Amino acid sequence: MRLYDIEIESRLLLGTSQYPSPSILAEAVRASAAGIVTVSLRREAARLREGQDFWRLIRELGVRVLPNTAGCHSVKEAMTTAEMAREIFDTAWIKLEVIGEADTLQPDVFGLVEAARNLSADGFEVFPYMTEDLVVAEKLVEAGCRVLMPWGAPIGSGRGLNNVFGLRALRARFPEIPLIVDAGIGLPSHAAAAMELGYDAVLLNTAVAKAGDPAAMGRAMAQAIEAGRTAYLAGPMEPRDMAAPSTPVLGRAHLS
Amino acid sequence: MGLTASDAKTLIVNGEPREIAAKNLGEALIALDYADAIVATALNGEFVPARKRDAAGLKEGDRIEIVAPRQGG
Repeated sequence: MRLYDIEIESRLLLGTSQYPSPSILAEAVRASAAGIVTVSLRREAARLREGQDFWRLIRELGVRVLPNTAGCHSVKEAMTTAEMAREIFDTAWIKLEVIGEADTLQPDVFGLVEAARNLSADGFEVFPYMTEDLVVAEKLVEAGCRVLMPWGAPIGSGRGLNNVFGLRALRARFPEIPLIVDAGIGLPSHAAAAMELGYDAVLLNTAVAKAGDPAAMGRAMAQAIEAGRTAYLAGPMEPRDMAAPSTPVLGRAHLS
Repeated sequence: MGLTASDAKTLIVNGEPREIAAKNLGEALIALDYADAIVATALNGEFVPARKRDAAGLKEGDRIEIVAPRQGG
């Protein structure tokens, strides 16, 4: 898959937060074979220097990073965070989050479009965390986004795909734009379902980080994503309401 | 040109008030022991690139944010 002219082999993007330890995070990234991991920026204390150790660990993994603007509630905050991320991570990629509602962490789509337009004009390559709204998607593409990342369900909820109809409509409306389901995935079956809809990739974090065995769950997610992708390309059958015998009726022995 | 007592000021560093003798953001980072750390900076909510820190003059009460890579989803 191509994201902003970069060829990416793995269709799993993995978050790096909430793992029991740095070594378990590293194991999960390797086991999932994720090619892209998401990272953030947070205040650094001069004495503790937590960020320096974390950044060393990520660089050793040899994966591409997608910095986020998590926690930003305004266009200004998101833009300043994006600028700081571009300098520190040396990438134009930014996972743009402008949060509008505290309980659902639903994006403020109005602020999102404004920030996406400003950042795109400033040379950023924006991955917008969005709802599955078709009109918002249209505005984001107009603003310069060449990847769209609709939520499956609220961040960290593990509910899977809340609006399959909406996600399918988005896929149909934007056949040429890479679409990534971002957030809400709880199980490999959810990830497979997203891929079966024709989505290009899945971004998830909590489902792996909070699993009993994060590395094993990372592997399971990768398998599910690959299976879902293969199934999409294979062309799934049309469902129907009534049974249709799969064994031929013709030639059945009369034994009554 | 060295620092003098008149360069001392109270700055809000990552939300905490700190007494620092520094004329600009570059000097403040050294005084705060970030000289060799990988960090990005903002002054009063505006991003300041690393190459412009020495040109970013400080005044009493300025708000400095110093951030580094961290886990994220």
